Amino acid sequence: MSMETDSPPMDKSTPVLIIDNLSVRVVGAQAVQYVAENISFEVKSGETLCVVGESGSGKSVTALSVMGLLPKESLEASGGAILVEGENVLTAGQKRLRELRATRMAMVFQEPMTALNPVEPVGKQIDEVLRVHTPLSKTERRERVLAMLDSVHLPEVKRIYDAYPHQLSGGQRQRIVISMALILGPRLLIADEPTTALDVTTQKQILSLIRELREKQNTAVMFITHDFGVVAEIADRIVVMNRGRVVEVGRREDILSGPRQPYTRMLVSSVPSLIPRKRSAPAGEIVLDVAGLAKIFSEVRIFGRGRTVTAAEEVNLNIRRGEVVGVVGESGSGKSTVARCVVRLVNPTSGAIRIKGCDIAQAAGRGLRRLRRHIQIVFQDPYRSINPRRRVGDSIIEGLINFGTPRNQALGKARGLLRVVGLDPDVIQRYPHQFSGGERQRICIARALALDPDILVADEPVSSLDVSVQAQVLKLREEIRDRTGIAVLFITHDLRVAAQVCDTIVVMQRGRIVEAGPAEQVLTGPRQEYTRALINAAPGRYWDFQNFRPLPPS
Amino acid sequence: MPANGNPIPAEALREKPLETAPGRQPGIDSAASALAHFKRTLRRGPALAAVLLLAVVVGVAFCAPLLGTTDPIAINPALRLKLPSHEHWLGTDAYGRDVYSRVMYGSRISLIVGLGAALMGVAVGLLIGVIAGYIRLADAVLMRVMDGLMAIPGILLAIALVSLSGASLFTVLVAITIPEIPRVVRLVRGVILSVRSEPYVEAAISLGTRVPTLLLRHMVPNTVPPLVVQGTYIFASAILTEAILSFLGAGLPPENSSWGNIMAEGRMYFQLRPGLILYPGILLSLTVLSVNVLGDALRDALDPRLARRL
Repeated sequence: MSMETDSPPMDKSTPVLIIDNLSVRVVGAQAVQYVAENISFEVKSGETLCVVGESGSGKSVTALSVMGLLPKESLEASGGAILVEGENVLTAGQKRLRELRATRMAMVFQEPMTALNPVEPVGKQIDEVLRVHTPLSKTERRERVLAMLDSVHLPEVKRIYDAYPHQLSGGQRQRIVISMALILGPRLLIADEPTTALDVTTQKQILSLIRELREKQNTAVMFITHDFGVVAEIADRIVVMNRGRVVEVGRREDILSGPRQPYTRMLVSSVPSLIPRKRSAPAGEIVLDVAGLAKIFSEVRIFGRGRTVTAAEEVNLNIRRGEVVGVVGESGSGKSTVARCVVRLVNPTSGAIRIKGCDIAQAAGRGLRRLRRHIQIVFQDPYRSINPRRRVGDSIIEGLINFGTPRNQALGKARGLLRVVGLDPDVIQRYPHQFSGGERQRICIARALALDPDILVADEPVSSLDVSVQAQVLKLREEIRDRTGIAVLFITHDLRVAAQVCDTIVVMQRGRIVEAGPAEQVLTGPRQEYTRALINAAPGRYWDFQNFRPLPPS
Repeated sequence: MPANGNPIPAEALREKPLETAPGRQPGIDSAASALAHFKRTLRRGPALAAVLLLAVVVGVAFCAPLLGTTDPIAINPALRLKLPSHEHWLGTDAYGRDVYSRVMYGSRISLIVGLGAALMGVAVGLLIGVIAGYIRLADAVLMRVMDGLMAIPGILLAIALVSLSGASLFTVLVAITIPEIPRVVRLVRGVILSVRSEPYVEAAISLGTRVPTLLLRHMVPNTVPPLVVQGTYIFASAILTEAILSFLGAGLPPENSSWGNIMAEGRMYFQLRPGLILYPGILLSLTVLSVNVLGDALRDALDPRLARRL
């Protein structure tokens, strides 16, 4: 953190952005319906204000209102004012808004690929901003774009200038989007979850880039995020939003160490921290033993040899009864491939996967079906993992029916399972669309538990959920493990989640296991460079959120 | 997409069902609102008119004997090419047969051909499409055969098939249906391919669901909306193809009074008695038009993306 955090230059700087009593309502709703109500806060120059909230809190709507980008047919600002350097955005015309957007305020979105035009070189796309808004000549513009690319720390700027978006990595693309936003030196930068789609190590770089540019250009930054780890890294002040209202505004230290509102308190304490929980070492029998697992995807071609991609290689791991083994890695590390091989959704190229001694990698037909009873999977996206056309009861009992349980008996069990996962047993009559994401994930867990499996594979089961829901689902999973002694293979990209739930952590990189060991050992005394980099990149690692206190840097 | 020799309407309709079908998020987010949207769409003017008109044609086909008709194939050489009169409301043709009766009875053939081709095409296409979509090994072979079929102009293929097997209602029906099958197969295969990687299908696999159940319960239901739409297009296109085949003399035997046959026989006397082509022609156009309009309306009604927007 910079020193500026502790003594912000408050007196000199006037607020760049003032949001005063803003309300946004749904157009055409019968009863007046607000998605944002009486929002007020301000952002000063050189300051980073983090707007934090769960999905549906109105944080993005507020940002879109500032940019004048609300979808006209569905939402409209119905009251209040948004002043950008004293000028009211809500009353500005379209032409004025366009000018303001480039020169005074700019926005960076979550997904850099969709924010860029895929059929134009990125340099040309940045150049266009200058061409429209400045009288510079072609060579001057090119120089300025190259200088900008250099200042966002892109390598070989001349090559990048002529590259197309798909030729760049996710982090590089986000740097391009940031340079496009900042090239005219706007006074206000709005970043809407700019690092959510990126890997942690890339996220760390982008966060420090935003911090650096803010200091250099003295820009006011309004940073929207759901991740308190990111907030702890970057914020000067924090606005907490919930259901379209501002819950609490305050300095970072104040909110993180002493939240006044119960909602903020709940939100902050739901954030998993990197400190591993103390647990006794699991000592049960080994229920899953993976040895020498490899998966190579190859393209089948009639002429010549197709490309091959090694998704996983020499993967060895075992899980004991009641143990939670976390497989951690960035995107493309092969962790999901391992999960899918273990459940035999894909066929491994070589290696053995022994479930209680039977090799599921070699099983086929009836033998494979019998083994499926013992291992179940929960997926990342709760919206797509339940058949939308069937009642949730039918989805839960599907496995039981497949293995010959009479329907009535199965439904009775489904009711019991729903109670276990914290839902009303009567919901078996309903359809999936009537549930929220967190509830659906509970239904998925109930469905996976219906067969009384020995092993549960959880593929990023909480990544698409809000932190408070995430905490509930993780707690539920913990209870289930205590009750049934089920072994869990937990796939995640988030070391903080792994720290909270796993007994053993396996770190994967490019299809190989680079480090494995007890959670405490891996997290506190990593032996490999890559593990250390992952831990260093985890946002908010110097903050103990559950106990509302900073941690001494280790 | 290769032309199958049909005139423009049939060609234009080809493109439409495909854009809604593959890659679309399967599943209806809100069953209730989708149903309301469905009813709303079908109650709009053009769709309503199309439904009414089709109802009339179906009514005529069923009640043809009760609508003041005489035997449509009774020849009367004494009354050749008469103008409309009290006995013969639309006049008589070159063999002295009552044109009004022939046109009324002709609707039966058209509807049988349309419905038969739609049902057969969808059924066979669904079966092949599911096999191609689910079994990797079969996919390459089946789809190359389908590509081959699509490369032959549909009318040409139908003429060849009819001349090989001899003309009867059934062979004509088969000949009309076969060129339609590849499109259905492509449609179904696309849906199956996109659905099989859905997490809920994978969850069902890991729950030990057997393949037939897996297909019927979790995958095939997603093909129903695009198939309903595609079915209506086959319906319209088959009616047209049958008329074209009959017109070219490669269709149903002349003793069947189909709209195409009536027009084919009226061709020589068009300048003398334009009604011989006009009356069946108008009915044919209106029927095909309303089936097309209905197909469009169904496509809009079954598309969840449109439902959400409204």
